[in-house]
Amino acid sequence: MTDVTRLTLAEARDALAARKLSAVELTQAHLDAMAKARGLNAYVVETPDQALAMAAASDARIASGAAGPLEGLPLGVKDLYATKGVHTQACSHILDGFKPDYESTVTSHLWRDGAVMLGKLNMDEFAMGSSNETSYYGPVASPWLPAGRDAASAREALAGDKKGLLTPGGSSGGSASAVAAHLCLGATASDTGGSIRQPAAFTGTVGIKPTYGRCSRWGMVAFASSLDQAGPIARTVRDCAIMLRSMAGHDAKDATCIDAPVPDYEASIGASIKGKKIGVPREYRIEGMPAEIEKLWADGVAYLKAAGAEIVDISLPHTRTALPAYYIVAPAEASSNLARYDGVRYGLRVPGKDISSMYENTRRAGFGPEVRRRIMIGAYVLSAGYYDAYYVRAQKIRTLIRQDFEKVYAQGVDAILTPATPSAAFGIGEKGSADPVEMYLNDVFTVTVNMAGLPGIAVPAGLSGDGLPLGLQLIGRPFDEETLFSMASVIEDSAGRMALPQPWW
Amino acid sequence: MSVDQATVRRIAHLARIAVSPEEVPHLQQELNAILSFVEELSAVDVEGVEPMTSVVPMKMVWRKDAVTDHAGADVVVANAPVSEDNFFVVPKVVE
Repeated sequence: MTDVTRLTLAEARDALAARKLSAVELTQAHLDAMAKARGLNAYVVETPDQALAMAAASDARIASGAAGPLEGLPLGVKDLYATKGVHTQACSHILDGFKPDYESTVTSHLWRDGAVMLGKLNMDEFAMGSSNETSYYGPVASPWLPAGRDAASAREALAGDKKGLLTPGGSSGGSASAVAAHLCLGATASDTGGSIRQPAAFTGTVGIKPTYGRCSRWGMVAFASSLDQAGPIARTVRDCAIMLRSMAGHDAKDATCIDAPVPDYEASIGASIKGKKIGVPREYRIEGMPAEIEKLWADGVAYLKAAGAEIVDISLPHTRTALPAYYIVAPAEASSNLARYDGVRYGLRVPGKDISSMYENTRRAGFGPEVRRRIMIGAYVLSAGYYDAYYVRAQKIRTLIRQDFEKVYAQGVDAILTPATPSAAFGIGEKGSADPVEMYLNDVFTVTVNMAGLPGIAVPAGLSGDGLPLGLQLIGRPFDEETLFSMASVIEDSAGRMALPQPWW
Repeated sequence: MSVDQATVRRIAHLARIAVSPEEVPHLQQELNAILSFVEELSAVDVEGVEPMTSVVPMKMVWRKDAVTDHAGADVVVANAPVSEDNFFVVPKVVE
């Protein structure tokens, strides 16, 4: 086999099962690719010794006929998943040196099924960001090059401040970049307002945020607990289906994780969508939407129609309120969740004249500007006198957003088709420096899904005028990820698998 | 609604984040940009709407009231910046 990192996860699985390839060879090929791609800054920590030991154990299990569903498949793990004895910092300075003594439920499911860990992936600090630029470990570059950029000057930028290169989106920017650059077969990611789907759309990869409660949140560094959900990013819809089946499942340690059987999601790939009703919400046709996004959306409608689905116009009247309501609910929960970082139990401590100033100095030095901003907004909207006007009102609006979806689903709609992002990937350093809200607008199509707790998948569907990937989003009924996999595979087949960039880095 | 500089200092204190006097005007501007972005929510009719408490309807489950965490005290303090004899060490709080 020539370059085994070019295989999809499903192809690699089949090659391992047929003994055409060993897990150690496959893992070593990925470790070699990672060593050559350090400039992208997708991994914050590489764990080669652990990876090779896990791969050798996989080879032994394959030989003895005891292989699990992910046996020997090398994956990357977002830095917000607790991994026993390995760097776990959600890419924040405040968690300096933190190595948990426990393993997150989601990653323990992956290892139970035989997967191999390659290392920890870069992300926006505490998952707060849409470009991976808030990471304490610096920005991640996308393997996609801006139009007209030659490889030599791109390599130069990679070694410097990365300006002029593209962001992979965020917060799961390291996951998306590593998957698109073939530095792992798939990666864990997490999504609070679009952090799986937006980076997947920006990098021509597939990402699914399952229904709230489908995956356990235990051992994931918390951002906004009523919105956070784990999910995979991979290169095909099938690969995401394979990963999600292992990641999902009941966990008594997370009271919000549902106790229901996990379907064989892979069986949904290629299933007929004939007669399925797909809603196209008029409120997502936002002012100033680029023509190429309009066209992408129309193409998606045509693909699904050609496969026998029925397309209906729908209305989700509270769509506009979702993003501002999110910027009350998410910071409020974050200010509460991040109160635990006080310089006492783990991570960074900066001394002060008394305990209070130690807290204040530690949090000033340990959190980056975006995290500090969100904690402060959260503290404000929860403070006496403002709680009802902001927080309670936002939670009422959240009820209205969810009711919008419930009404549409009650009318027989099976899934909803929208663009995944309002534009293609933007450049590093281009957005949000003057006004934080500019960056927030990236999540305009994805955030409603978190507010309503629904599943959403982003699937590549075409290229922008500049040759950059664009994605469509499908939103499903609660716990009906299977329909999303079926429909997303129709879009993938119709649009053609995204041709990912060849290494220039 | 918008915040003045005194409010910015008060919020920072509530959030236990040190701010220098030079940072305050800039922070005020950023917080007000976010607050003006969420301002449109005040126009939404929420009369009689229940605030969301659980995004997915689910029954809370009961579990046995039993010890589930068997990590030792040394493991619990292993990540602490300062610890002594399996205790967290903090600056003196009571004079």
